Amino acid sequence: MDNKVTSILVCGVGGQGIILASAVMADTFLRAGYDVKQGEVHGMAQRGGAVISFVRFGPQVFSPIPKMGEVDFLFSTEKLEALRWITWCTPETVVICDQIEIPPPAVNLGTMDYPKDIEGFFKAHFKKAYFLPATQVAKELGNPRAANVVLLGKFSSFLDIPQELWEESLKEHVPKRFQELNIQAFRAGRNL
Amino acid sequence: MEKKVLLGNEAIARGAWEAGVMFASAYPGTPSTEILESLVQYKEVRAEWAPNEMDALLAAAGASLTGARAMASMKHVGVNVAADALMTLSYTGIEGGLVLVTADDPSLHSSQNEQDNRHYAKFAKVPMLEPSDAREAKEFTKIAFEISELFDTPVMVRTTTRVSHTRGVVELGERQEPKREYVLRPNPKKYTMIPAYAGPRHVVVEERIERLKAFAETFEHNRIEWGDKSVGIISSGVAYTYAKEVFPNYSFLKLGMIWPLPEKKIREFASQVDRLWIIEELDPFIEEHVRAMGIRVDLGKDKIPLCGELSPTRILEAIEGKSFIPKVEYKGTIPGRPPNLCPGCPHRGVFYVLKKLKLFVFGDIGCYTLATLPPLESIHTCVCMGSSVGMLEGAVQILKEKALGKTICVIGESTFLHAGIPALLNHTYNKSNGTIIVLNNWTTAMTGAQEHPGSGYTAKGERTFAVNYVELAKALGVKEENIKEVNPYKLEELQKVIKEEVFKDEPSFIVTKDSPCVLLRRAIKNYNPPLVVDEERCTGCKQCLESGCPALFWDASKAGEYRTTEGKIKKRKGVVKINELLCVGCGLCYQICKFEAIRGQTEKVPIGFEVIPLE
Repeated sequence: MDNKVTSILVCGVGGQGIILASAVMADTFLRAGYDVKQGEVHGMAQRGGAVISFVRFGPQVFSPIPKMGEVDFLFSTEKLEALRWITWCTPETVVICDQIEIPPPAVNLGTMDYPKDIEGFFKAHFKKAYFLPATQVAKELGNPRAANVVLLGKFSSFLDIPQELWEESLKEHVPKRFQELNIQAFRAGRNL
Repeated sequence: MEKKVLLGNEAIARGAWEAGVMFASAYPGTPSTEILESLVQYKEVRAEWAPNEMDALLAAAGASLTGARAMASMKHVGVNVAADALMTLSYTGIEGGLVLVTADDPSLHSSQNEQDNRHYAKFAKVPMLEPSDAREAKEFTKIAFEISELFDTPVMVRTTTRVSHTRGVVELGERQEPKREYVLRPNPKKYTMIPAYAGPRHVVVEERIERLKAFAETFEHNRIEWGDKSVGIISSGVAYTYAKEVFPNYSFLKLGMIWPLPEKKIREFASQVDRLWIIEELDPFIEEHVRAMGIRVDLGKDKIPLCGELSPTRILEAIEGKSFIPKVEYKGTIPGRPPNLCPGCPHRGVFYVLKKLKLFVFGDIGCYTLATLPPLESIHTCVCMGSSVGMLEGAVQILKEKALGKTICVIGESTFLHAGIPALLNHTYNKSNGTIIVLNNWTTAMTGAQEHPGSGYTAKGERTFAVNYVELAKALGVKEENIKEVNPYKLEELQKVIKEEVFKDEPSFIVTKDSPCVLLRRAIKNYNPPLVVDEERCTGCKQCLESGCPALFWDASKAGEYRTTEGKIKKRKGVVKINELLCVGCGLCYQICKFEAIRGQTEKVPIGFEVIPLE
């Protein structure tokens, strides 16, 4: 185990399961023997605001927030939200993002445009950017809300942590009746 | 020992449980809410929601008086409410350990100010511990109970959002309940604070703080970490973790107890480093003390920002004096995504109507404060819990009959029970002409749906008494004919009632009915099928968008000429569409649309939801 602390920026829209994805990551890193910190900020309302969370793991983690420009992974459940936080990244940051677009209020009201070709922007500026049909895959498995777990599956494939540890902690964080669906979503994402 | 990833707040609850806490009380408030929510799981602990923070602290003090260990937890501004009790509980001291957790919110993630509650420890002359992460949050909470009993004092534990809402690795321990009988033993010289008894207690407080100063010197969590001595940094709380991230090699004095401060240890540390830096969030609390001791501080609030929370990057920028330059940048504009009232929220119709009636609206603390933002823009003040009803009284007394039809106040029912009852009494007693709307959504919604004295359930989930708002208003002196219950989804009726009441020259009281929070699943039988837009009827007038519902969106691709259902050719700028994943079919936009372009999937469009009443 080297001394490096790995930082993941998890973001999306309130209600998309950003906190769940972050909590599963944190729990898995502990199971894999790392120190871990995971912090989030809750917006004022329950749904629909921009949500951001940081997960950091390594032999010893001090700050729950990384330095800007030192994020190793950008994990986003929505395209525009991935764009919102890129100043935290470097061209080496691995980007994992759902292809879904959720228009923010100003776009809904017709006063602003949803940025065009976000995927193209990321592919041009980042060495590794994966835009996946996570919501679509989850929908086919029975529930579009499991998109976060599809992305989690993809994310897990970049780390040297046994699949069982991921699945054990995932099971602990979802209600029993959704366990099977989530495991399927995770595996589908891991193979995307 | 078993290790677990816990939220800072869960770790505080765990620490209290391990320390044998018997009683815990709180009023929900970000970022403190999860402390009490987490304590509910422990069967040995009586965990309660109080109507407000003062009652939370007083109830905990009462439990302590029997010899039981007790805790109250609240957000930073909650301590303002509890401060009256705190200042004198410092004089009385305690029987069982008494801990007050204050969760501060630098950067105001969900607060009306970013006050630094470390000042309360100094003000009330009580010790304060400040954990940096979840592991310390659990440990320090346990220690707080011990210090409380050792020194006969309430002890404060201070967190900030980044400690309360950060998960970290915590080692779990067993519960150790102190073996003692819980009884009340009269001791009026200690607990009845008449001047003759309180005066001598002040002397005790001053002696106690001297003994605590000595304790702070040897307290193991006031820790020196020697490194490169060219710079020594004094820090505490989450700021310590940021500073450590940025300067891992410098020497640190990490303060776990930030009141009273260990003066000898600070002197020793300062004397051995070339330059002394103090890195703390918000006010120069440590810095002012260190400077007053005559010690040279080479870097403090002259560089480190006073406002907003710190971060590793902010510290680096402040010290280097230059801004961080991003390695990747997007040049276009990124539309914001501010928090919004949920689709189907029972508050939306109220603010739509208030805007239409052009009223000056005194607002309060809750989700509904968001109605100050466009497009609703119908909240004109928000200061603190109860400020709506409270401020309206003075305004209408000055304006007298000029206030009629011009102003109103809105307050959520949890906030009303917290601080609105005496304020309503101020109206009835002083012959005001103010109108009060209580937005009753059956829960403390903004903090994530906590029970309260009107919800019918306790924190532990027991069925209990629920306030009847109409009877309460009557008892507080509002005339029966000026009390109205109205379903806020029924726009026409709502508008009629509000219009009538604001013109009355007497206090009026309107309370919403059948309007539970749209996320409170136990109260709503079913959501309705999503509504649909008839594109042949939509003229693109955008009136429905004035409701600010996130389920409605504008489609400019439909601009141009179109054929109406009557076969006429007309022009429009686009059409409104409804996101079927978000729409819960509350029926609000259906009522707003004058062109009958919004329809339901059934012949009769439901207005509001079928609710599940208590019992």
